[in-house]
Amino acid sequence: MQITSQTFKANTVKALADVDLQRALRHVEKGFIGKRQKAADALPEFDALRDNAVEIKNHTLKHLDLYIEAYVAKVEASGGKVHFAEDADHARRIFLDIAKRRKAKTVTKGKTMISEEIGLNAFLEENGIVPVETDLGEYIIQLRGEHPSHIIAPAVHINRDQVEADFRKFHVHLDPERDLVRPETLLSEARQILRQKYGEADIGVTGANFLIAETGTSVIVTNEGNGDLTQLLGKCHVVLASLEKIVPTLEDTAQILRVLARSATGQEMSVYTTLSTGPKRTEDEDGPEEYHVILLDNGRSGMLGTEFEDMLRCIRCGACMNHCPVYHAVGGHSYGWVYPGPMGAVLTPSLIGVDKAGHLPNASTFCGRCEAVCPMRIPLPKMMRHWREKEFESHLQPKAARAGLGVWAYLARRPKLYRAAVSYAMPALKLLAGRKGRFRSLPLAGGWTKWRDLPAPEGRTFMQAYAQSGHGDPK
Amino acid sequence: MTLNGMIDGAPSTAPAQTTPTVALFVTCLVDLFRPSVGFAAIKLLEDAGCKVVVPASQTCCGQPAYNSGDREDTKAIARHVIETFEAYDYVVAPSGSCGSTLKKHYPELFANDPAWHERAVRFSQKVHELVSFLTDVRGVTEVDAALPATVTYHDSCSGLRELGIREQPRQLLRTVEGLTLTELPEADVCCGFGGTFCVKYPDVSNAIVGKKTKHIASTGADMLLAGDLGCLMNIDGKLKRENNGIEVRHVAEVLAGMTDKPPIGGKL
Repeated sequence: MQITSQTFKANTVKALADVDLQRALRHVEKGFIGKRQKAADALPEFDALRDNAVEIKNHTLKHLDLYIEAYVAKVEASGGKVHFAEDADHARRIFLDIAKRRKAKTVTKGKTMISEEIGLNAFLEENGIVPVETDLGEYIIQLRGEHPSHIIAPAVHINRDQVEADFRKFHVHLDPERDLVRPETLLSEARQILRQKYGEADIGVTGANFLIAETGTSVIVTNEGNGDLTQLLGKCHVVLASLEKIVPTLEDTAQILRVLARSATGQEMSVYTTLSTGPKRTEDEDGPEEYHVILLDNGRSGMLGTEFEDMLRCIRCGACMNHCPVYHAVGGHSYGWVYPGPMGAVLTPSLIGVDKAGHLPNASTFCGRCEAVCPMRIPLPKMMRHWREKEFESHLQPKAARAGLGVWAYLARRPKLYRAAVSYAMPALKLLAGRKGRFRSLPLAGGWTKWRDLPAPEGRTFMQAYAQSGHGDPK
Repeated sequence: MTLNGMIDGAPSTAPAQTTPTVALFVTCLVDLFRPSVGFAAIKLLEDAGCKVVVPASQTCCGQPAYNSGDREDTKAIARHVIETFEAYDYVVAPSGSCGSTLKKHYPELFANDPAWHERAVRFSQKVHELVSFLTDVRGVTEVDAALPATVTYHDSCSGLRELGIREQPRQLLRTVEGLTLTELPEADVCCGFGGTFCVKYPDVSNAIVGKKTKHIASTGADMLLAGDLGCLMNIDGKLKRENNGIEVRHVAEVLAGMTDKPPIGGKL
């Protein structure tokens, strides 16, 4: 997909003016936060489980090579195949090879962000293969020709009315007079259409929330059951997953599952938690004939051992974006690539380069709410700051901002000079403001005064006033 | 007295019997824009039995450089702050944001410099945000102040999430004579200030502070309080632009009973 992270600022201006989007975004704020809080409060050991989950992932990342090796051996023992994909292009080629061999015409798809990361749908279409998204949200945005704006609620930027209009526009074989007012009727219409697709599909694609080294199993968590139908009714199941999805054991998976849905939607568990191990065995009544895992690196192994390694603990629950004031204001598409919100602000520069995604780690107030709710305790603000350090080192930030900062830092390191400068500047600024006590505009402060007044200073600095207050000289 | 209340390098949480010396970290915004907050802090600290000194060579905690990715300048500033303040019993700042930079981030800044790291850790144990210092270290349970007004309180992010400041200001505000405290909906959500964020991304910042001012207006309070001047200037600037006349002050001004001066951004 086209990267527009470079134009983040322009993207946000557009998003802020988009009335439908702003209406839809209110659901993020209202919906997810309370539900997560309730789920966390209802489980006294929630924080201990988070610590556990962190430990499991840290341990796995430290020995990732060994666990990948063990995982591959188990998948192959169960009759499946693991393909290593270095980057997006490699992953697409692997997929196309499988599809060609199977003479695939239709591919059904459960929810997978890796598919977005490698741009699979557009690539399939170019190669004459029809991708069919089966997750309701994904199905809706596929109809609209859009990309997910949220990693677990891909169509969260769309309102019910828009979905109704889209269904009427695209489902032309259905009665135009039909009643589509209630969300449930929309759901059942989509379900009716998708049910026909599962069996016809040559390949069923899913993502994976976990890849279990102990058993060679891939795990998906869903709420609609579409993932199960996708992977069971297709003749060939292809799992798209990135390599940090590996966990050592089934027990570890169960531990992390306890924080995943609670952090994401506030559910104790998602409606379906489905484990797949290899293709259909002779004694099985159904299941896919082939089972493939495309294990994507795409820059992740380069994060190991760096200040960004903690990011590989991410389990894609979406809690960070659900609690992010910036995400609430501008939505996921503003971030300009696959992963939005705080996790995207850290991950995107790692995957596509900080030269392209430099805005994202800067567009944060560092309010810390993301880190506070992250089930994997990923220090998101700290890592965004690391990206800012990289940008500073590489002179990627705007020149004027850097120059301003340079002058300020020069003064801040020289107390006498600083004191002399501010002792003249602040009383002067007060005089300039006059009796109003504030500025509606001020040269060089346009970023501030575009939307806000600037309170005028009281006059003398504290240090001046203190020296003259009879408290004695500052020491 | 230099090590009063220090046990194994950690400050005791029990009120000290003797008079500790507190070095006031004024913060650059208070120094430049709102000296009243500094004087209120001094009064509150003196009322709590402390001797207050104001080291003259202080400038800023270094956050603008730190959050812009300029680690070397930040370290230089941090070393200067530590050298200037480390000899005192306590270092207190009327800001959760600057306080947290000194307390939480300085040690991390020197993670790869063992000598300075140790010094930063020792220093960090002396650092406190003003209101939580009064309640948690000095055992203050009430203040000598009166204000016949309904106020609401915004929790600034760093104080709330990095230093755990939530109940302390509310607890003291409830002891201000004549004051009614009404809770602000979504008080724990960022106001959109974020230091340089608010000028780097003014449109996004505006959308965030716009939600904040709506919530503030919904309380019907006469006055908005918070513990960080950055947030206060941002919120006040937006309220004024919306022609909302609600007064905005730092919580220390109210707790110290020093509300005779015009509020932030108010007419002189």
